[in-house]
Order: sequence, then structure tokens, then C-alpha cells
Amino acid sequence: MHLYILRRLLYTIPIIIGVSLVCFSFIHLAPGDPINSVLPEQASAEVVAQIKAAYGFDKPLPIQYLKWFSNVLSGDFGLSIMTRRPVLSEVGPAVAHTALLAVSATLLSFLLGTSLGLVAGMTTRRVTDRSVTAFSVVGISLPHYWLGMVMVVIFAVKMRMLPATGMGPAGADLTQFGIEDIKHLLLPAVTLAMIPTGIIARSVRATVAEVRRQDFVQTLKGKGLRRPRMFLHVIKNAAPPAIAIMGLQFAQLLGGSILVETVFSWPGTGFLLNAAISTRDLPLLQGTVIVLATFFVLTNVLVDIVQTLIDPRVRRA
Amino acid sequence: MTEIAVLPATAHTPARRPPQRGYWRNVLKRFLRDRIGLVCLMVLLAIALAAIFAPLLAPADPYRTSMIRRLIAPGEKGYLLGTDELGRDMLSRLLYGGRVSLSMGIAPIVLSTMIGGGLGVIAGYFGRHINMMIMRVIDVFYAFPSVLLAVAMAGVLGSGILNSLISLTLVFIPPIARVAESVTTQVRNQDFVEAARATGAGSARIIIEHVLANVTGPILTYASSLVSVSIIISSGLSFLGLGASPPTADWGLMLNTLRQAVYVAPVNAVLPGVMIFLTSVSFNLVSDSLRTAMDVRA
Repeated sequence: MHLYILRRLLYTIPIIIGVSLVCFSFIHLAPGDPINSVLPEQASAEVVAQIKAAYGFDKPLPIQYLKWFSNVLSGDFGLSIMTRRPVLSEVGPAVAHTALLAVSATLLSFLLGTSLGLVAGMTTRRVTDRSVTAFSVVGISLPHYWLGMVMVVIFAVKMRMLPATGMGPAGADLTQFGIEDIKHLLLPAVTLAMIPTGIIARSVRATVAEVRRQDFVQTLKGKGLRRPRMFLHVIKNAAPPAIAIMGLQFAQLLGGSILVETVFSWPGTGFLLNAAISTRDLPLLQGTVIVLATFFVLTNVLVDIVQTLIDPRVRRA
Repeated sequence: MTEIAVLPATAHTPARRPPQRGYWRNVLKRFLRDRIGLVCLMVLLAIALAAIFAPLLAPADPYRTSMIRRLIAPGEKGYLLGTDELGRDMLSRLLYGGRVSLSMGIAPIVLSTMIGGGLGVIAGYFGRHINMMIMRVIDVFYAFPSVLLAVAMAGVLGSGILNSLISLTLVFIPPIARVAESVTTQVRNQDFVEAARATGAGSARIIIEHVLANVTGPILTYASSLVSVSIIISSGLSFLGLGASPPTADWGLMLNTLRQAVYVAPVNAVLPGVMIFLTSVSFNLVSDSLRTAMDVRA
């Protein structure tokens, strides 16, 4: 068990190195010389050479990578070309804002998804099951950025109940969180929760239905156990996969909220990525992507480990 | 032929044999029995045909703008689905938009099924070092959330249809390769592969004749379940301004340009999303019933 966890943790090191290689390659994948975005067109050759040396672009690629990666490891992601501020000081607050959104959406989808999935799984082939299944297919197939637009039309434009865009005055500071902040959070969180709700409901339904078919449930039923008690047994067995899926979905949301953030002008990492892309601010882009991907990798490992701890049967090689 | 000749004649009496139906015919039969899947397949066919024959069906030029006819509500002044923010006919643009949006949803899956499937089969069949090399690289790309990888790649390469095709293909190679690798590993250890090897068949021949026959089904079913995601993400890239460039008719891009109009003409602004949703939900349901028909658990 401990050996497995250790191995799983150690394996993240080559993965993160690989991720950093991909992010590093962004600079050279981008069309044009990376230096052009900071220089005026009529810059003389000497100035170009000077700037190149200052940014380290005159060195061979492996050296550039090693220098860049050792900087990244010490928390130095370079300067944003757009704002001239350290990338990390831009990414930090944005990650907090995105995390707030992603955590709320994950909790929402877990509550809604598991309860819907439980109801459907306990009543397979009946109307409730059918409607939950239909709902989850719709949830998975909805283009969520579009759902966001529709919700803005309904709740902000027509009913004037909730703000259409932006974040509440407290930002990600939970101690200052007030009613206004919740109002701002509501629409984007619900929108973002849609897909994971569908996925969670679907898989909980499948596991619950499968657990109910197992021999021990039949035995309990034969021994005359009442429905509520039976329910507990089923939940106990269906919980580990549900928790695992919740974790994986949270990881996806952290990196996948860019579209929803755009619709609601949420000042998170998605907003930052958008800005970095439109201004061709590659250091900012690299920094955001590498931070998000690292969170993604770590969350996935954590999910794996938690899952093996609560249910040793799922341990993988 | 010689082995058959020495068998006693009673061994083949084709007339007595129960009619043998092929696996794929069984699949087709089961698929045809699923009403939801069939209806969705019809919907997809209709959307595809409408896109292919858009020049014949469209009531107006999808690119002709008119400043005085902007954002007309659906059904008014002879515009069945209204006009967009530049006065272009919505119905025509939605019909034409299907061309880019459908291809941009399907093409990445086709490409990544070929590339990812190929890599996965090779990794699974040869195992050991080759497996290590291929799958560890795949793991790295798997370490990015899919939407993030697509957006970052498209953003780095620059907007445009080709670049968004490249980034989407890159996003879907890892999951398909993983599925292909795990199915191939299972097949590789079965007796008939061993038997084929014993007859002296080479690796290429075994893969083409024996392995592929057994892994294409599961790989294709899995890939088909990704089409709906691909449509949503590719339209999402256009929505961010990273896919098709204006004035191309594309559902995602239309959503993007109509976003400002959402307060004035909400119905018009929402229409392209309905098309994206309709397509993706149909693909999802068709893929579901395909899976049930093939009885593959993925």
C-alpha cells in the first residue's frame, strides 16, 4: 500500500517535467520570433541582439530550457510582456478566483449528481430513472458556454435577479463573503456544474444499479432488511467511485473553466489565458498553463491515493 | 485446402448448418431495434444533408450583410430565423455553419483515432520498451485538462481552422491511445494470436489480420463517444475567437459575434447554440446505442 502510494507520487515527477517541456515548447511553436512582440519593427540589429541576450534567446535550446525550468522551480516564471509584472503575481490571484468557482461547481454537481444518480439507480427502468438518464445526457451534451448565455438572458436580462457578469466585491476572500458575492457566483457556478452533474449522475446510477444486483444485497433482502437500511449498504459500496469521479471532475474544471469564465467575465485563469493569447504574452500563457496542469496532475494523484485508501480493491499496478 | 480434403465428407453439410450471421450484422440488427438511437441518427443525417446541400437550401446569401436589417426577430419580414448582428440571414448561416462545425467536430476524432489508435495498438502489441516509450509520452499529454490543452495549443499556434484542428487532434490522441493500448494488451495474450505466431506469421500480419479485427470495435465505440465532446470544444474554440475566422459561418463563431446582441435579440443570439446542442446530444445518444448494440463496456 505505502509502496504503491510512494510510486504514484514519484511518477508525478517525470510527468511534471514532461508538462514543463510542452509548456517550454510553446515559445518556439508560436509563429514568428518571440522577441518581436516586445520590439518595435524598426529596431536595429544590435538592439535585437541585446534583447535576445537579456531574455536568454541567444543560447541553445536545452540550455534555455534548463535555465527556464530551474527558474520555474524557484517560482520565477518570468515577466508578463503585457503588464511587466512577475507572471506568478498575475497567476496567483487568478488561480484563487478559478478555484473558488471550480470548488463551488464541484460541490454543487456532487450534491445534485449523486442524489439524482442514487434515485435513478434505486429505481432502474422506472420513470424517475428514465428522466434522470435523459437529464444527464442533456447535461453532458450541452455546450456550457451557451448555457451560460441562456442563463444570462433568463436570470439577468429578463428577471433581473442576478448580475450578468463579474465577481463580487470580496473576490476570493471567503471571510468577507456576502450576499452580493454569492449572487455573482451563482450563475457561473451552476453553468460550470452542468457537465460534471451529468457525468456524476450517470456513473452513480450505473454503480448503484450494479451494487443492487450483487449477491449480498439479495441476501440482505432475503433476510428481511428494510429499504432504508439497505440503502445504507448500497451507498457504502457506491461511494468510492463517486468520490473518485468528483475529484477527477474538479481537476477538469480547474483547467476547463476558461469558456465559462469568458461568458461571465470571471477574473480567473480563463480570463488570464484569453488575455495572454490575444496579446501574445507567452510567458503569461506558459505560467498559467504550467500552474494549472500541475494542479491537475496533483489532484489526480490525490484522487488515486484517496481511492486506494478507502477501497483497497481498486489499487492499480 | 489439403486439410479440408482429408476430412470426412460429413463434416461439411452446409445445408444443415444454422444460418450464420456475422458479428456486424448482429450489431446492426440490435442497433436498428433501438428507437432513440435511430431517431438521433436521422437527426444527424438531416443536419449533415442540410449542411452538404446548403447552397440549394439556403434562402439567402449567408455572407450578404445589410445595415438596415440587423437583428430582425425570427419569423418577421420574411426571415424564418431572423437576421444576425450584420443583417445576414440566420437560417442560411446556420445551414452553411454546419459545414465547418460538423467537420471541425468529426475530423479531429477521425485523425486522432488513426494516430492514437495506431500508437495504442503498437504499444499494446509490442509491450515492453516500445510500450514504455509511447505510453509515457501519452501520459504527459494526458496531464493537461482537455479544454486547457486545446485552448493553449490553439492560442499558441494562432487562430484558424487548421490550427484548431491540430490542437483538437492532439487533445484526443491520449485518451484514444490509452483505450487502444489496453484492449490490444488483452487481445495479444490470447491463444489465437499465439497460434498465428506459431504458423510463422510476422508482427505486421498478426496486427493487421488478427489484432485489428478484435480491437477496432471497442476503439471505434470509444472514439464515437468523443465526437460530441469534440463538437463542443471545437465550437468553444471558435467561440473564443480561436477557430474559424469571421465572416465564416460557423456555429461557435456565430455565438461569439452574437454575444453582444444577447440583450437585444436573445432568440437570435441563442440559435447557433441550439444547433451545437442538437448535434452533440444526437452524437451522444447514437454512440450510446452503438455501445449497447456492440455490447462493449468501456
